[in-house]
Amino acid sequence: MTNDIRISRRHALALAAGAGALGFAGPLARPAIAQAKPIKVGLLLPYSGTYAQLGEAITRAMEMYVKQQGGALAGRQIQFVKLDDESEPPKATDLTTKLVQGEKVDVLMGSVHSGVAMAMSKIAREEGIPTIIPNAGADTLTRQLCAKNVFRSSFSNGQVGLATGKAMVDAGIKKVVTFTWKYAAGDESVNGFKDTFTKGGGQVLKDLTVPFPNVEFQSALAEIASLKPDAVYTFFAGGGAVKFIKDYAAAGLKSSIPLWGAGFLTDGVESAVGSAGDGVMTVLHYADDVDTPENKKFRADFKAAYKSDADVYAVQGWDAMQLLDAGLKAVGGDVSKRDALNAAISKASFKSPRGPFKLSASNNPIQNMYLRELKGGKNVLVKTAATDFADPTTGCRLAS
Amino acid sequence: MELALIQLLNGLQYGLLIFLAASGLTLVFGILGVINLSHGSFYMLGAYLAITLTSLTGDIFLALALGIPIAFLFGAAIEWLFIRHLYDRDHLQQVLLTFGLILIFNELQRMIWGARPQSVPIPSYLGGSIKLTDVLSYPVYRIAVAALCVVLALAMVFVIQKTRVGRMIRAGESNREMVEVLGIDTRLLFRFVFAAGVALAAAAGMIAAPIESVYPGIGERVLIISFVVVVIGGIGSIRGAFVGALLIGLADAFGKVYLKEFAGMIVYAIMAAVLVVRPGGLFGRAN
Repeated sequence: MTNDIRISRRHALALAAGAGALGFAGPLARPAIAQAKPIKVGLLLPYSGTYAQLGEAITRAMEMYVKQQGGALAGRQIQFVKLDDESEPPKATDLTTKLVQGEKVDVLMGSVHSGVAMAMSKIAREEGIPTIIPNAGADTLTRQLCAKNVFRSSFSNGQVGLATGKAMVDAGIKKVVTFTWKYAAGDESVNGFKDTFTKGGGQVLKDLTVPFPNVEFQSALAEIASLKPDAVYTFFAGGGAVKFIKDYAAAGLKSSIPLWGAGFLTDGVESAVGSAGDGVMTVLHYADDVDTPENKKFRADFKAAYKSDADVYAVQGWDAMQLLDAGLKAVGGDVSKRDALNAAISKASFKSPRGPFKLSASNNPIQNMYLRELKGGKNVLVKTAATDFADPTTGCRLAS
Repeated sequence: MELALIQLLNGLQYGLLIFLAASGLTLVFGILGVINLSHGSFYMLGAYLAITLTSLTGDIFLALALGIPIAFLFGAAIEWLFIRHLYDRDHLQQVLLTFGLILIFNELQRMIWGARPQSVPIPSYLGGSIKLTDVLSYPVYRIAVAALCVVLALAMVFVIQKTRVGRMIRAGESNREMVEVLGIDTRLLFRFVFAAGVALAAAAGMIAAPIESVYPGIGERVLIISFVVVVIGGIGSIRGAFVGALLIGLADAFGKVYLKEFAGMIVYAIMAAVLVVRPGGLFGRAN
């Protein structure tokens, strides 16, 4: 019995070694042609699992951008190399290495899940490869772990929380209960919210949490009812957000205690929550009906190309390419000039569908924040809650 | 005061649901002598069955009527394929095999239903709420959940106390050798008990589906809490499982509100306290 196991394990090792050798032989076997080579952009995004739709929206917008430029940026063809990260942080290091050393990509882009992005940015910092994050919101990526070659085209969790806190102070709300999943993103979002809300004179009665991805909200709802705050601040997304919005309405709280949250609460769940979502207020760095020519054109083009509506994730993918484009133009398409490329990306400033876009000293977007109200299955833009809103550069050496 | 009343409701409803999930585990443990780690997987199976059957039939109760027999047959098949080889073997082998089953069921679940969290609609005629306080209402479906659990629990008690099968089960629990000597076919009896245990766990999963978000790994949580309930109540004791489940449900609901920092531990603290006083559980046989 034990013998069998040992033999099969040896077989497995031999197989694994063989597979590894093949994997490394592949790129080496290719002839290296310097000049006419396309620029390789490695995409580490989720194409399966919970976040597959987000990965798809990001990729579509990126491909649409390159197509509109005739397939080339700064005179160089763009070739995407796509890997499915499955939103599994344990696999992220291997997959990133595969892109950087195996595929020899010139630029990295990813990811949606913060755990994946953390592993990816570690390698990016070691290798010095220009890297753009089109979604993952972990604060540290552009705070303590900031790097001159790592850029974000999306947001940080704290940034959206900070903006929502400010909007709630502006709305005259005094007493709030916070409620989120007990995990990094939830903590960052709530901490951001509390920072601006309490500085604005607001009072947080209690911080409620449930373990991620638990959706047993009943006890918290009972507590919210007994604490009678002016409003509730939440950070939920996806299936949990749908359930929370529905439970909140079923508990009869909606009419007496307005529900507020970071914009992810109502993004992509508009139709699923139905009338239970009417009146939910959120703040996000994008709203479908931002009234600018750039946004109108972007949404029309996206709809024409993919028969579906663009969302905030598509905008983030689009702007990741806008950043890369600005950098490539500055170095005439020569990706070997990494320092100049990084410097140009960090100075980039352009009109995004979301409004004016530029990067902070720690390479996180400085962007408008929009107050939206969910009405009839649509996030309707109420007003701009903050213009040119930046995330603090806490702990970032680039900013000191 | 209001909050306490509402948490009492929440605790009872949660406790009844756990009882349904844990009763099958205690039966299998007590009568078959098998430690079944894959018990939580049957809860998960029930939740995913609810998704599929509700989308086919359009109603969770029709889904239940179809799903419980399906789960029962599935349980009988699993017993015939795997579990029957475990009787009279040591617990380590049982743990190994049933742990392997968890991995297989999880992989099957991913292949059939995927990893996306899904939800089951609450039937429209139970979609309303009952006003409890000036601010808070209580969803009707949750009251229906509690009622349904009570009905199923009573049905189980009836079977165990008043039917011939029930007498065999009780006899088998107290003295298995004697039952075999009397010429009762314990193979069939055991298959029935295991299948019933699977059906109960699946029923709990199906009933809970509309108030839960259904995602991979929900079974593990239920497995752990079911073991806690079985240990508190005493192995093999249905009455013990009932008392244990309500105790845990209420402790969890009140713990979340009044002992927030210890909410995650409170269930285990109770288990430890019970074991110190009654090592065999509250209603366990003293041995």
